[in-house]
Amino acid sequence: MIAYWMCFILFLVGLYGAITRRNLIKIAISLSIMEFSTFLFFAMIGYIDEGVAPIVDPADPVKVYVDPLPQALVLTAIVIGLATTAMLMAVIIRIYRKYGTFDIREIKNLRG
Amino acid sequence: MNPLIPLFVALPLAGAFLIMILGRFIKDFNKYFASLILLILFIFSIYSLITTGSKLSLYKVGGWEPVNGIPIGIYMVMDGFTVIVLCIINIVGFLSVFYSISYIKRFTAENYYYALFCLMVAGMNGVVLSGDLFNIFVFLEISVIGAYALVAFGVEKNELEATFKYQVLGGIASFIILFGIGLIYWKTKTLNIADIKAAMSSGYEKSYYLFVQILILSGFGLKAAIIPFHAWLPDAHSSAPSPISAMLSGVLIKAVGIYVIIRLFFNMFAITEGMSILITTLGALSMVIGVFLAIGQWDIKRLLAYHSISQMGYVVLSAGIGMILISRGEKPEVAALAIAGGVFHLINHAAFKGLLFLNAGAIEYSIGTRDLHEMGGLSKFMPATSATSFIASMSISGIPPFNGFFSKLIIIIAAIMARFYFLALLAVIVSIITLASFLKFQRYAFYNKTDTTNKRKIKEVPFPMVFSMVIMSILCVLLSLLVIPGIRESVLTPAIDILMDPSKYSSIITGN
Repeated sequence: MIAYWMCFILFLVGLYGAITRRNLIKIAISLSIMEFSTFLFFAMIGYIDEGVAPIVDPADPVKVYVDPLPQALVLTAIVIGLATTAMLMAVIIRIYRKYGTFDIREIKNLRG
Repeated sequence: MNPLIPLFVALPLAGAFLIMILGRFIKDFNKYFASLILLILFIFSIYSLITTGSKLSLYKVGGWEPVNGIPIGIYMVMDGFTVIVLCIINIVGFLSVFYSISYIKRFTAENYYYALFCLMVAGMNGVVLSGDLFNIFVFLEISVIGAYALVAFGVEKNELEATFKYQVLGGIASFIILFGIGLIYWKTKTLNIADIKAAMSSGYEKSYYLFVQILILSGFGLKAAIIPFHAWLPDAHSSAPSPISAMLSGVLIKAVGIYVIIRLFFNMFAITEGMSILITTLGALSMVIGVFLAIGQWDIKRLLAYHSISQMGYVVLSAGIGMILISRGEKPEVAALAIAGGVFHLINHAAFKGLLFLNAGAIEYSIGTRDLHEMGGLSKFMPATSATSFIASMSISGIPPFNGFFSKLIIIIAAIMARFYFLALLAVIVSIITLASFLKFQRYAFYNKTDTTNKRKIKEVPFPMVFSMVIMSILCVLLSLLVIPGIRESVLTPAIDILMDPSKYSSIITGN
């Protein structure tokens, strides 16, 4: 159970970083931390004590398999996460070229 | 098996790839091909609206049949509520892309624009059709990645800042949603919405699911820009190119936000009174605060963006009133009326807010500014824009006989019949303030005296833009026909039936 709580704490660490950091790159890293804590959580959901990889072999009837579905979900989510992170990084590079800074306090054209 | 369902996702996806490949070699391929694809989807969605009725049709991806009554494959579901949102997406999508033919000429990289547009439409169609939670997440990400890129399409300072804000908040929302989905999977060991409902009914742990509900509500609430989560919306919607603003405000916040909230809270979670009161409160807050933030704006697109928050508040409010009544188990006919008002307002908002953003785009196209101070007297030079925006403004402020009047009237009547007199009063007051705000917009943009130095050569916008605006304004008037009994039964009633009965959706799909 403690592992699940650690996972949730890691999620909150990422959320805290995304809200409080001032550097654009650090915000992106915080988002990645949130993302990977979620993936870790998915991977742990699928784990079953003493389970083996779910390849059914009729000659060797093992009773306990780990749950393969969360692994598939995590793979899909990692690909999506890669796309969003790449997109975010591209935007950060563009922002740096326009504003000449990574500091979020100096990027405030839009008000009101 | 309804063979039409996968086409709603496959066609725009294929279109996005073909535009990227063939658009390089064939001149003008991109704009006509994208319009053609959206036109086909538009026809398909109307056809589905007519044929679906109260039926519920399924498509099992890959043909995986259920084992022992447990669904194992990916399900795509089309029912009365889905089909309404599909129609909104594809009609507004078609008109926006047709409008873009003229509007987007000034930007470079038109191929990317049309490809991303098709990608966004594919994602939204996927979200509303998907029958399981994880695919909702996947399609949601597809559509928002398209939206992030399109918001930044101008790549100037403002656009980049807006898209960064949107991406960070959207990213947080996505991971909160994914976390919620993980928690649901942990307890129920399934991802199919109907099957989750069945699994929940056997053992419902109240406090555990309360946490999940709050995660899901805040995640999709961020996507839908309900009030405490609204910070990104005015920036993103005002910085995007105008046809994209019309898509974002008119469709995206409904398809990936409001639709999913309504679907999950009505058809998946057990409706509890505490949660319904929370949703009603959030709806009322967005309605009131959104309009107060809007009233002081002088940038027309920011003004419209804040009104989107406020109008979405009406939809959430009426859904919340419906939930409260269902959870108390009293007055089912009033609950049905409230939900009908919400769904009807959802449809209407797509029509008039899409039109208003297209008008804003036309004004920007002609005079090159979005500041209300620098406009004036445009009704002489741009008669079509002026007339259509007048219809849209009256429609959003709830003036009869336009569509906004009827949906707001239904919501207010439902609130009174449910004895929420205070909420009804708030809805009326917000409607009046909206009227004031749009009278300001009309007066400063179209009827004020213009200074003659600025007259130069303002003229009406080209044909594709006028065409889209006129069709939208006709829709604004025609949609009010949905209250007439014969038409209402065939369009709104199936959607309300599927939402009103908490177990109907699940029992049809799982077949118990």
